[in-house]
Amino acid sequence: MNFTNRDIIGISELTKTEILHILKIAKSLKQKPQPKILEHKVMGSCFFEPSTRTRLSFETAMERLGGKVVGFADPGVTSAKKGESLFDAIKIIGQYVDVIAMRHPIEGAARRAAEATDKPILNGGDGANQHPTQTLLDLFTIQECQKKLEGLSIALVGDLKYGRTTHSLAQALAHFNAKLYFVAPDSLQMPGYICDELKNNNIKFSIHQKIEEVINKVDIFYMTRIQGERFADPMEYERVKNVFVLNAKMLEKAKPNLKVMHPLPRVNEITTSVDKTPHAYYFEQAENGLYVREALLGLVLGKL
Amino acid sequence: MSESLQKNKLLVTAIKDGTVIDHITAAHALKIIRLLNLADHNKRVTVGLNLPSKTMGLKDLIKVEGRELTEEEIKRVAILAPEATINIIKNYQIAKKFHAEIPDVIEYVVVCPNPICITNNENMDSKFIVKKEKNNIKLKCWYCEKTFPQEEIRDYKNN
Repeated sequence: MNFTNRDIIGISELTKTEILHILKIAKSLKQKPQPKILEHKVMGSCFFEPSTRTRLSFETAMERLGGKVVGFADPGVTSAKKGESLFDAIKIIGQYVDVIAMRHPIEGAARRAAEATDKPILNGGDGANQHPTQTLLDLFTIQECQKKLEGLSIALVGDLKYGRTTHSLAQALAHFNAKLYFVAPDSLQMPGYICDELKNNNIKFSIHQKIEEVINKVDIFYMTRIQGERFADPMEYERVKNVFVLNAKMLEKAKPNLKVMHPLPRVNEITTSVDKTPHAYYFEQAENGLYVREALLGLVLGKL
Repeated sequence: MSESLQKNKLLVTAIKDGTVIDHITAAHALKIIRLLNLADHNKRVTVGLNLPSKTMGLKDLIKVEGRELTEEEIKRVAILAPEATINIIKNYQIAKKFHAEIPDVIEYVVVCPNPICITNNENMDSKFIVKKEKNNIKLKCWYCEKTFPQEEIRDYKNN
């Protein structure tokens, strides 16, 4: 398996074997840090859109492997403001650095960036399109807390229509024979094309409108935030926003191995009462982003 | 046969040398003319819009005198009108007749309907992967990865 110089643009480009290899490397880095393997390597951290966790974990990952980071967290400081194309910007940055981690608000920006430079591009999110490192860290976390990936019951909850996180995770879970429960208001249910893909892969899934219908059945409860601006009718938002809230009481009859995940930031959809239960696993999940990004950096730079 | 159909038939057979594009999905003939610059010369171009068709209900038709479409141009016709038939006419006879066949990958020509796709925000060519499912043709944008039915493509650009 050769990852050297490879772009990581979307999760669907990775085979099951490749995903498992990345997770294995991430686990070994979590257990045994490698503070020198990327010495003398430089990562360009190109964030054309604000991000906290993704940017800081990419940058920390590079530093913890001994590499250096240059970059920007606000396109206002770059020539993009002067009208420079993304292609030109990435072509030039690619001449300075060994690898580029990027986020951009426009869909397809990462693919375009990959055409501009020979250096590997790690996509940290291109608009509502792809965010493969999030999916990899989700899979890593599921594997870590359940000791396996195959055959789990997994609920995806919240905004399933617009959330790229849940789309990519559902697609990736198709490799692992998961039973999926989609819990969302009607207007924010999983798009038909994802459901069709799952059917083609013989993945079982069911549609639900209430958390209570699934909470005692699942191994993973993956919550996402419902954003008010997604609703044409503010009344409808007011109605659903209190239905899609998880609190500690609702977990009383959950399976002992149930873990609650969330890509974060959360607002009020998981109350702080859940934090103290043994089911909460979203902070560990966020931490795991570090090891998965370390694994990718080491792999695409040919050092792991 | 109705009078209008007879006239239409006469128009098609009357061409000496050139190309007749028949069975064009209704309402697409003018787009094809624009895309292929078919009217960019002083030879005669005849266009039929919303003509009755046994198989299609309604169809469009274009007849261009003095110009034989290239393979590349035929591919472009297929993108807009996958059911079109192309007749190359030489000395009043049909010299060649074939169906337009949509390519597996379409570069440039099609404008991505997604306004926040990078191809609509940067000076660059578009690229689509063609998915043929039974009678449906869907185009998947190489960049934003959205999939569109052929009829949702609204705009085409000339390169």
